[in-house]
Amino acid sequence: MKEAVHLQGAPAPGPDGLQELIGRVARGDQDAFGRMYDLVSGPVLGLVRSILRDPAQSEEVAQEVLVEVWRTAARYQPARGSGMTWVLTLAHRRAVDRVRSAQASADREQRAALLDRTPAYDEVTEQVEARLEREQVRRCLRTLTELQRQSVTLAYYRGLAYREVAELLGIPLGTVKTRMRDGLIRLRDCLGVGA
Amino acid sequence: MSTAELHTLTGAYALHALPDDERLSFERHLVDCLSCAQEVTELAATAARLGRAMTENPPVRMKTEVLRRITTERQEGPLTVRQGRVRGRYGRAATRFALAACLAAAATFGGIAAWQHQVAEDAQQQAQTAQRQTEALAAVLAAPDARTTTGRVGDGASATVVVSRSRDRAAFVASGMPTPPPGKTYQLWFNDAGTMRSAGLLDPAATTGAVLLDGPVGKASGMGITVEPSGGSPAPTSDPVALMEFPA
Repeated sequence: MKEAVHLQGAPAPGPDGLQELIGRVARGDQDAFGRMYDLVSGPVLGLVRSILRDPAQSEEVAQEVLVEVWRTAARYQPARGSGMTWVLTLAHRRAVDRVRSAQASADREQRAALLDRTPAYDEVTEQVEARLEREQVRRCLRTLTELQRQSVTLAYYRGLAYREVAELLGIPLGTVKTRMRDGLIRLRDCLGVGA
Repeated sequence: MSTAELHTLTGAYALHALPDDERLSFERHLVDCLSCAQEVTELAATAARLGRAMTENPPVRMKTEVLRRITTERQEGPLTVRQGRVRGRYGRAATRFALAACLAAAATFGGIAAWQHQVAEDAQQQAQTAQRQTEALAAVLAAPDARTTTGRVGDGASATVVVSRSRDRAAFVASGMPTPPPGKTYQLWFNDAGTMRSAGLLDPAATTGAVLLDGPVGKASGMGITVEPSGGSPAPTSDPVALMEFPA
């Protein structure tokens, strides 16, 4: 992955170093796993927590994700993206699964209450703004239109399905799908993300 | 849903915002749409940047707990063909054909399942590789000149080696081998007049099954099995758990 942005203060998980560590983890190297843990556990926990909010539940899911990384390291394929992308994709998927299963078991009132909640975008923005090294992501999120930004962040940081996003924003389903796509594309170009 | 509509789902897919039915139909579409797969790869990397921006410091106890948990967690193998399973005892020929059938089935079900963003090209490549390995193994097992030798490995485990001189390949069939210690793996060797030549590793998780030995039989007179550190060794570092002569 081409990294146009260097995040100050963050651990620099040189994508290649992480890739090599994952290779060693796949062969059962527990020391390598410990070093990989140091690189990815902060991003994993932060991401999961931005979606689930509840600290105890977030830690539980983050642990599940990290154990899953150990279990499935041999399945990681560098052609599909950097090691960090792989781990965070897994973490996002698991956190979203948790949100959806909670939703499925909730009754209609709870579900309605969830949808009535104020969008989390401002809270997310505050957390992002709070850290210097996140400047670039924040700046790039600002280059999106309001609808693009809301569509992307409601799905990513709240774990909402596109139908729920459409309902919250009061826009047609087709529009939400397009905004998610063109929003991410603009973000990709602003962040200089390569494949 | 039309193809044009499917094209617009790359963003929602990368954000995990699709319900299961639409996700599955989009994944089928990805197999035929390389430009979509490429876009998904890039958008997933972009989404991951949103995740990384949320980094926080995990409590120390979390590392302790995760490191403790992995010591009892079995690791899955890479995406290759699943090994065929043998149950019970069969005659030699029956075993060979039963194995060939198992492996054909394994090629259909195993191998290709992958993480979210399946890229069509990779999937096809993997399927072809798995298919080739399976065919090669089935070919050895079903070869008209296939000869077998059976021996014992430790307590209660048996191992059979199948050699086809016409195909210059050999297969190793294990039954009930003990799981190697953590961080260790079984390595197979061709015995070239006392010099051991690596013939590949056994999936530590599969202690019963058939595997094609890597490389040609050549002048090898037999094979050996050793326990090696995960990832294997260039030459054996321990005494063999079994040595077997190839059938004449």
